[in-house]
Amino acid sequence: MAELIRVKNLKKYFKTPRGALHAVDDVSFNIKQGNTLGVVGESGCGKSTLGRTVIHLIDRTDGQIIFNDEDISVISKQKLKELRKDMQMVFQDPFSSLNPRMSVSQIIAEPLIIYNMCKTNKELGIRVAELMDTVGLASRFASSYPHELDGGRRQRIGIARALSLNPKFIVCDEPVSALDVSIQAQILNLMMDLQDELGLTYMFITHDMSVVKHMSDEILVMYLGMMVEFSSSEDMFHDRLHPYTKALLAAVPIPAVFERGERKLLKGEITSPVNPKPGCRFAARCQFATEICLSENPTMIEALPNHFVACHNVKSINNIK
Amino acid sequence: MSDIGAQQFNANNKKKNEKAVSITKRSQNKEIIIRFLRNKAAVLGLIIVVVLIFCMLFPTALTSYDPIKQNFSERFVPPNREHLFGTDEFGRDIFTRVVYGCRTSLRIGLISVGISCIIGVLIGSIAGFYGGVIDSIFMRCIDVLMAIPNTLLGISIVAALGQSITNLIIAISIGSISGYARITRVSVLTVKDLEYVEAARATGSSNARIIIKYILPNCLAPIIVHATMSIAVAIMTATGLSFLGLGVPAPTPEWGSMASSARAYIRDYWWLVTFPGLAIMASAFSFNLFGDGLRDALDPKLKN
Amino acid sequence: MSDNILEVRDLHVHYKSGKDIVRAVNGINFSMKEGESLGLVGETGAGKTTTALSIMQLIPNPPGKIVGGDIIYKSENLIKKTAEEKRKFRGHEISMIFQDPMTALNPMMTVGDQIAEVVLLHQNVNKKQALERAREMMEEVGIEGERYIEYPHQFSGGMKQRIVIAIALACNPSLLIADEPTTALDVTIQAQVLDLIEKLKEKYNTTLILITHDLGVVAETCDKVAIVYAGEIVEYGKLEHIYNNTSHPYTIGLFGSIPNFNENVKRLKPIAGLMPDPTRIVKGCSFADRCTNVSEICRKGDIPNTEIEPGHFVKCTLFANKEV
Repeated sequence: MAELIRVKNLKKYFKTPRGALHAVDDVSFNIKQGNTLGVVGESGCGKSTLGRTVIHLIDRTDGQIIFNDEDISVISKQKLKELRKDMQMVFQDPFSSLNPRMSVSQIIAEPLIIYNMCKTNKELGIRVAELMDTVGLASRFASSYPHELDGGRRQRIGIARALSLNPKFIVCDEPVSALDVSIQAQILNLMMDLQDELGLTYMFITHDMSVVKHMSDEILVMYLGMMVEFSSSEDMFHDRLHPYTKALLAAVPIPAVFERGERKLLKGEITSPVNPKPGCRFAARCQFATEICLSENPTMIEALPNHFVACHNVKSINNIK
Repeated sequence: MSDIGAQQFNANNKKKNEKAVSITKRSQNKEIIIRFLRNKAAVLGLIIVVVLIFCMLFPTALTSYDPIKQNFSERFVPPNREHLFGTDEFGRDIFTRVVYGCRTSLRIGLISVGISCIIGVLIGSIAGFYGGVIDSIFMRCIDVLMAIPNTLLGISIVAALGQSITNLIIAISIGSISGYARITRVSVLTVKDLEYVEAARATGSSNARIIIKYILPNCLAPIIVHATMSIAVAIMTATGLSFLGLGVPAPTPEWGSMASSARAYIRDYWWLVTFPGLAIMASAFSFNLFGDGLRDALDPKLKN
Repeated sequence: MSDNILEVRDLHVHYKSGKDIVRAVNGINFSMKEGESLGLVGETGAGKTTTALSIMQLIPNPPGKIVGGDIIYKSENLIKKTAEEKRKFRGHEISMIFQDPMTALNPMMTVGDQIAEVVLLHQNVNKKQALERAREMMEEVGIEGERYIEYPHQFSGGMKQRIVIAIALACNPSLLIADEPTTALDVTIQAQVLDLIEKLKEKYNTTLILITHDLGVVAETCDKVAIVYAGEIVEYGKLEHIYNNTSHPYTIGLFGSIPNFNENVKRLKPIAGLMPDPTRIVKGCSFADRCTNVSEICRKGDIPNTEIEPGHFVKCTLFANKEV
């Protein structure tokens, strides 16, 4: 399978009165066509910023983005408009991501109208009906308003809107976090079905570890703007090499009854991403931190085959030769 | 009723039936109107406003007297069956002058609000949307405008350009722009960071389209409410200036100038000042009630 | 049954919305002994928060009203108390912590003052002693006591929630109700806060009602579980009962909806449809429209609440004859 997206050393810094906020710092990854890359991390890790930067909703500070073998790191407004047809986004909040003054059919029709995809109104109506059908929205909701529908249906509208231009790549920013558990499952199933049917490539951003395991082929763990671990979904959950990944996975409450040992909690709080000092950003909270962790930035190394980790002591912590 | 489940998903996709949906929306207006009508005070305001508009459009339906023609044989007639509100110092029927005065006041109110609204909303939305230097420049200009008291501004403009209804409208319009600009700007700032605006950008919308289709429709409520209430303010400003002798030139009937010229006769002929005064009060009162009711009816919190 | 610290009997709560009546709680029954922890599990609109607010006697009236049932706390019926008496027990006997720590604290008061306020309201001490207690409580929840002079905005989300816990426990209440206390927090901070709640519960032998939609959190923190759906408890029992002998179709559906950490499932098994409209009276079982095992009798009349094993209750016609 060809690689649809290749991101190299992507950086996004924001200017704040207190200094440069390193929201995304030197992130690199590839996503093969038809695959899902899960991006996980807690608040402030930069995953949402990463998603928006990759599809040019925010301008990058530095780094390279290659889409379909074309370098799109810096592109003209014209090209960007063309590109939007291929890269779309599904947003987190199913309420605030829909214009409260437009009806369901109008919201879904918007992209089609902007890009003149349909020549007649009838064609437009047919296409919108198709899209509503694809995401499982009954056609009787065509003239309803978002606030009249529940969260699950609203999220379906968002998905239909993202699909309208037949994109190849969709960034999903916490698409099910705001939904009830049983509705979450419906939407996750829908997204997986759509991926199979339409050959979509996803970047799935979430903080929910069980969801990311379910949806992703590969996973990228982020902490304070930096990549800390990258591998296939299976390997990530099996090996969990980086100390942060260990802590993250250990913290997830498991819905089962079993004898739980003394839980090792991650101490402290997240540090500030503004003007970060050199050294590993996780060092302050890491139980395995050594001298070098406080002075040198770790780089991603292939600790195990196809399993990349940014940690000075990864081999010794995990007993790898 | 459950939605189309996963099992049906594939089946539906295979049979591409050619049915279409119409790209329309159900009007939200019906709900708004119902909410409005439940508010008794607002309905009262609406009724009076309707009466005033009727007076403005069809004055001859209510009275056959001439508002300007003087009639010295009928000076200072107290209210009776022929002259509902009595006559003034020139023998003119006060009821007629109040009705024709309504036309003057309402015209001033509606036109000046229209002008200042359009200009103010334009300035506020551009400033709010683009931010940065544009925002600073626009808003500093607005600040300067706001620093000048309305009445003083009115006096200056009338003094410079001369006394006429048109100049009065210009004066009042200029003074009101800042209110609309600030309200619009605040609404735009709140809305432009919402995800649906980001989503519009992600689907290729141009800035103009975003402002017109996504941002402004969601800022309408406070603008509409401000507009209805400023009609009252405009009328009061006009009457105030006329009272000072700077507004509508005589002999055009205008409530403020009527009240002003009646000052000399308050003790002996109370009806000269009372009825124009009541008219001023009624119009300000009704537009304010109407505006209050409109704000409550448009309140999105009641949507759920 | 007299050693129960709390008994909720046949609670019914309605809200008036325009001309409609929202039936938020429709006959909830449960009891708790001292030191137990109960997980109230359900999705949005199930009625869990309403139940908690009823126990606290905080249902806003209008538009809400407790229209039936009793809440017996330490042998006294809370519903029958006067407003003054109700104020006395809030914060003192029964405390509640809410979901969003960002808005639960007053931004204009120091955190020390906010903790001290509760102490001053319920205990006969002066300001200095109250502040001393505040510093103690802050240390208890893992924050340096000297920070009692700081304002809420100077703390992170997780720390704010700890302060909220400190306020709730300052007067040593016998019953603590926690309404989704960790939903808004990151998972590692959630672990810290849950750990804290557990430690304090052990130390003070506090009875805990934990409201959540997260079955993982319940498994870590609670002894008993009540699954709430459309204002009723559809399944109730000890932790092992609910997790290892899941019986009610809704509960089975809930478990089927969550991606499993340890297994690889290709497709999740969501529950079709939505929770019923709480303004419409449903005859029979409120889950009938979404249930894969529905039959004729499910839509007729009362659904029996059967004890299928000691302490494990299921409200479903499938189990009508399986009484232990």
